[in-house]
Amino acid sequence: MPVKVSMTVNGKPVTAEVEPRTLLATFIRETLRLTGTHVGCDTAQCGACTVHLNGRAVKSCNILASQADGADVVTIEGIARADGTLHPMQEAFRQHHGLQCGFCTPGMVMSAIDLVKTTPNPTEQQIREGLDGNLCRCTGYHNIVKAIQAASAAMR
Amino acid sequence: MGDMNLIGASVKRKEDYRFLTGAGTYTDDVVLPQQTYAVFVRSPHAHAKLRAVRTDAAKKAPGVVGVFTGADTAAVGGLPCGWLITSKDGTPMKEPAHPILAKEKVRHVGDPVAIVIAETYAQARDAAELVDVDYEVLPAAVDVRDAVKPGAPAVHAEAPDNKCYVWGHGDAAAVDKAFKAAHHVTKLEFANNRLIPNAIEPRAANAVYSRADDSYTLYVANQNPHVERLLMTAFVLGLPEHKVRVVAPDVGGGFGSKIFLYAEDVVLTWASKQVNRPVKWTAERSESFMTDAHGRDHYTVAELALDKDGRFLAMRVHTLANLGAYLSTFASSVPTILYATLLAGQYTTPAIYAEVTGVFTNTTPVDAYRGAGRPEATYVVERLVETAARDLKMDPAEIRRRNFIRSFPYATPVGLTYDTGNYEKTLDAVLKLADVAGYAKRKEESAKKGLLRGIGYSCYIEACGLAPSNIAGALGARAGLFEAGEVRVHPTGKVTIFTGSHSHGQGHETTFAQVVADRLGIPIEDVDIQHGDTGKILFGMGTYGSRSLAVGGTAIVKALDKVVNKGKKIAAHLMEAAEADIEFKNGFFQVAGTDKKKAFAEIALTAYVPHNYPLDKLEPGLNENAFYDPTNFTYPAGSYVCEVEVDPETGVVRIDRFSAVDDFGNIVNPMIVEGQVHGGLAQGIGQALLEGCRYDPETGQLLTGTYQDYAMPRADDLPAYQVGTEKTPCTHNPLGVKGCGEAGAIGSPAAVMNAITDALGVRDVPMPATPQTVWRAIQAKR
Repeated sequence: MPVKVSMTVNGKPVTAEVEPRTLLATFIRETLRLTGTHVGCDTAQCGACTVHLNGRAVKSCNILASQADGADVVTIEGIARADGTLHPMQEAFRQHHGLQCGFCTPGMVMSAIDLVKTTPNPTEQQIREGLDGNLCRCTGYHNIVKAIQAASAAMR
Repeated sequence: MGDMNLIGASVKRKEDYRFLTGAGTYTDDVVLPQQTYAVFVRSPHAHAKLRAVRTDAAKKAPGVVGVFTGADTAAVGGLPCGWLITSKDGTPMKEPAHPILAKEKVRHVGDPVAIVIAETYAQARDAAELVDVDYEVLPAAVDVRDAVKPGAPAVHAEAPDNKCYVWGHGDAAAVDKAFKAAHHVTKLEFANNRLIPNAIEPRAANAVYSRADDSYTLYVANQNPHVERLLMTAFVLGLPEHKVRVVAPDVGGGFGSKIFLYAEDVVLTWASKQVNRPVKWTAERSESFMTDAHGRDHYTVAELALDKDGRFLAMRVHTLANLGAYLSTFASSVPTILYATLLAGQYTTPAIYAEVTGVFTNTTPVDAYRGAGRPEATYVVERLVETAARDLKMDPAEIRRRNFIRSFPYATPVGLTYDTGNYEKTLDAVLKLADVAGYAKRKEESAKKGLLRGIGYSCYIEACGLAPSNIAGALGARAGLFEAGEVRVHPTGKVTIFTGSHSHGQGHETTFAQVVADRLGIPIEDVDIQHGDTGKILFGMGTYGSRSLAVGGTAIVKALDKVVNKGKKIAAHLMEAAEADIEFKNGFFQVAGTDKKKAFAEIALTAYVPHNYPLDKLEPGLNENAFYDPTNFTYPAGSYVCEVEVDPETGVVRIDRFSAVDDFGNIVNPMIVEGQVHGGLAQGIGQALLEGCRYDPETGQLLTGTYQDYAMPRADDLPAYQVGTEKTPCTHNPLGVKGCGEAGAIGSPAAVMNAITDALGVRDVPMPATPQTVWRAIQAKR
């Protein structure tokens, strides 16, 4: 029996009927066709699907769409300005070559924004520990760490 | 040629905006009209007879549009292997059939048995549960050493001893003679641990058939779409090549694992015609663990003979290489051609012999993974060299210096000719970068904290820029290894490049655009790079083996040369000068010694609006292509130093500093090159400290099948890296580039393990050096 879910995604109210087992990640990708949120594993380990739920970074593969009913969700598509100007975290990733293939990137950026919000001036070690829930196979993390350090200064 | 200094500039990447805003298009993002979804039913057993595959219930399940098994695909050919290896007795390697869906037997956990296609993914998954497979479980051959023992279960009837080939390379007699005369022999015996590639984008494919023109389109996460198409049409499905379009859109990492033609790609393409609907499949991570071709998995006995001064006299290597259950696309060449030919390393060792036995086991197929054979070779050479230095109480840097190749070109005893290099320079640079001079003091400080500090070196070489087709062919390759490029100059002087290389993180859209903008003297914004679509690109062999800029970039340069040459003819006509007097510089065609000149865009416009044009001698338009087949491999090389601190109470290893100095020849974009090195180092350090694929040795069950069991390197497992470069330009391509994609993964494992064994004062520690493994090594020594 389908269930009705309503939430705000990137500032816009959305409502849809979905199977109860639909994951938030599936809802975002398949129902809303916001394909910037990626799915890289099936055990909530890689973090590619990270979005903001009521302001906190969550793995959208690890929560049902119906659990997000009434929530405010922000995906990677929703953080740049309307005129296309990148969010300081996105810009820092670009400046510091914090991405290669781009697949983990949306989740990395969403996690990193939350990290800097909760730890405004993080040390290198705090950044590395804070990224524990996000896997990247391309960059060796070196430039991601640099990008987040730079963004944390820009976001202050 | 340009005056904008684009070569050597860390230009920010053109592709980043779309990746950072979620606007990339990966295969799973593609949804086609009338889309259906597929799930594969896979063997839960490593080795079993298929007694029956019953699909009736699944076919009746809600939303199901098709269920197919090995019986349904009986007319479809098996997956081919692209490289013929000939055993030392002259017999060709054993090539058992590799069906796209299992027929009489399954041979590894994850072997596909059936495909279930439904209106939704959830329906396909539900229906897949209803496929009833009756297995008769057989004993499995799992560990490579067990599989070659007499009486081991045979994976294939064609190879009752599980040996695909026994291949020899080098002069065995000369090596035996040198060993007899040696002052000292250093011998090591170790495994090179099996790795699972784990690109963060799982493999995915989406196939659609069009009845309107009897054609197919396959979207697939793949590193070489033309190769995929050629293998699939010519060798498996027997389809006309021109009726199949393969698109590899944005691809989320490859590391080799997306080179190969996989069963799923073929089954989907075939099934899309059966159901006359687009069929999409995206691997779950657990499927990636079970079915992406794995890497490494060698068991090796290696010996180095030295004289009393530490000069290398000979090397002898015996390797058992696990090939898995079937021959994947390039599986046969990785532990042979890409391995034994690199055993000279950076040294003048005069005699080398390697014998490699390729072994079938009831495990996932093993094929190229970042470095492919060369990390295994480097591990052998650099672990031997460092251990020999310890045996002879020599400084590890000094023993290397004593044996460095110093004059080029240099023909190794294992079949390669290095064109250029300066190994002393990279070694000197890394000793400085790593502050080796301050090591003794740091070791004392660690000791005060109760920690064991160790230092390890690794001086690697790799053969990249694959490959001269004639040499590859003589060695058994069943394909050419050139690259193709096309330069399309538009009437307004803007340029679109079509390259057969494929970017899945390497940043070709930026690096290649730098090369083009520099050569044509036009803004980089005026250049776009297209790749990954057989419908757009004339041909391509794809991206692997650090070949893209050296081979793919050179093809573009050759096409650019043709554009410039044609432009000179047009300019000569317009300015009423002799063609020989036209120079092309900084974006202008100029009559030498005068101020008469025409901008590149003016010439482009003239070519498309040929009112005043030598039409009797010259075709209109400005569009050129080129195929480039390299004359030699390229030989990136470098020196790495790793320093570790080990806690003897817990066995935890912390990398305190990792320093890398690489010689990649000329560098177009240093930012991108450094990023490639960082990523390679992370994978090499991952191999040394964390990653190890494990099967149950009896049942062949994959024990490391999720991210909870397989230790992927995370940000807090890894150090910040110190990287530098030295430069000896490649002598045989016009860019002077060598390739940088694999170096980090090739050079680093030996450096890490040399550091750990130094810290512990032991001869060997197996990889991955997990805390438990290291702790056991410490206890064993006590």
